[in-house]
Amino acid sequence: MIKIKYGTSIMLMLMILLGGSMGWTAPLPAVGGVLPDLSPNFSLPKPNDGVVIIEIFSMYCPYCQKEAPNVNKLYDKIQASPNLKSKIRLVGIGVGNSAYEVDIFRKKYNVRFPLYSDGDFKIHQKLGEPRTPYFIGVKINPDGSHRIFYSKLGEFGDVDAFLAAMVRLSGIK
Amino acid sequence: MKIKKTSFDAIMLSFGGVLLALFLAQPVFALSDAYKDNIYNPGVLKPIDSKVKVKVGQRAPDFTLPAIAGGKIALSQYRGKKNVVLSFVPAAWTPVCSDQWPGYNIVRDMFDAHDAILLGITVDNIPTLFSWTNQMGKLWFPVLSDFYPHGKVAQQYGILRTDGVAERALFIIDKKGIIRYIDVHDINQRPPLEGIITALENLK
Repeated sequence: MIKIKYGTSIMLMLMILLGGSMGWTAPLPAVGGVLPDLSPNFSLPKPNDGVVIIEIFSMYCPYCQKEAPNVNKLYDKIQASPNLKSKIRLVGIGVGNSAYEVDIFRKKYNVRFPLYSDGDFKIHQKLGEPRTPYFIGVKINPDGSHRIFYSKLGEFGDVDAFLAAMVRLSGIK
Repeated sequence: MKIKKTSFDAIMLSFGGVLLALFLAQPVFALSDAYKDNIYNPGVLKPIDSKVKVKVGQRAPDFTLPAIAGGKIALSQYRGKKNVVLSFVPAAWTPVCSDQWPGYNIVRDMFDAHDAILLGITVDNIPTLFSWTNQMGKLWFPVLSDFYPHGKVAQQYGILRTDGVAERALFIIDKKGIIRYIDVHDINQRPPLEGIITALENLK
């Protein structure tokens, strides 16, 4: 019979903790759920009773490069709508990209919406290490809480259809 | 089976240590959806597994290698005409490498501004490089195969790892053929773009 005393118990607890962490990847953002705390690297904009669309991208990702003009069109459509302009915010997070690299992407594609650098992959890891590009739609409730209503890998395709889906799925008027 | 407590604790400690090491060594990389599920992840590798044989200030060893676009390219053909950035990456169809050259592909203007050409090199063969780089879009720079004799150029520069792949390494060679910058990078991480651009700026 083996007596398990303090030293061994502590080691077992450590092993359980580490075992749970080893090779463990955070889940991708789930529709109906909430985003993990991404501070201090990123804080979610909170348009009152509005929507935030987050693009997870990398300047090194060919599909993100190809999608950039389409995402700009989405931004322009939102800005051109007097109703949606104040309700929908679009942001991008450059995973594994330094601030310098994010700035290269911004200039190359003339991106007008805010882009954030996630040079150390901290945000990427918290979001379940999605491949890129990845789009997340978040509804901000009047009380400041939020709910994910869209979470999908890959290009979004037709801009009008995607924008209509954002409005419909989020329930904004 | 009876195990002495001291032995049991020692086993637990060793096992915990291994788990801790593995936990701390988790790879971090982002991957474009361009490659779908076709990327092989070798896990975390020894950061550097070779000893560089060249140094800044010396003449760069010349080489001639086949290019995926056809024909052969010699380093010496740029002598007196272009600064040359050599970007060795370890292997096609692996995580970090796959998201490295596509970034260089959108900054041709920055290379042009410094009168520089980029040469991408791996030890893979031409058909593999062809298939892999096709996922990146149309590349503006030549991609060269250091496949046969295997890794000969990587060996010349002292960046052939013991498992036969190249290091993730950058060499900048000026128009006189002199090596002006060397970055043999941790194989598990992509070198930031600003390193290359700053080095090119310093050529003036």
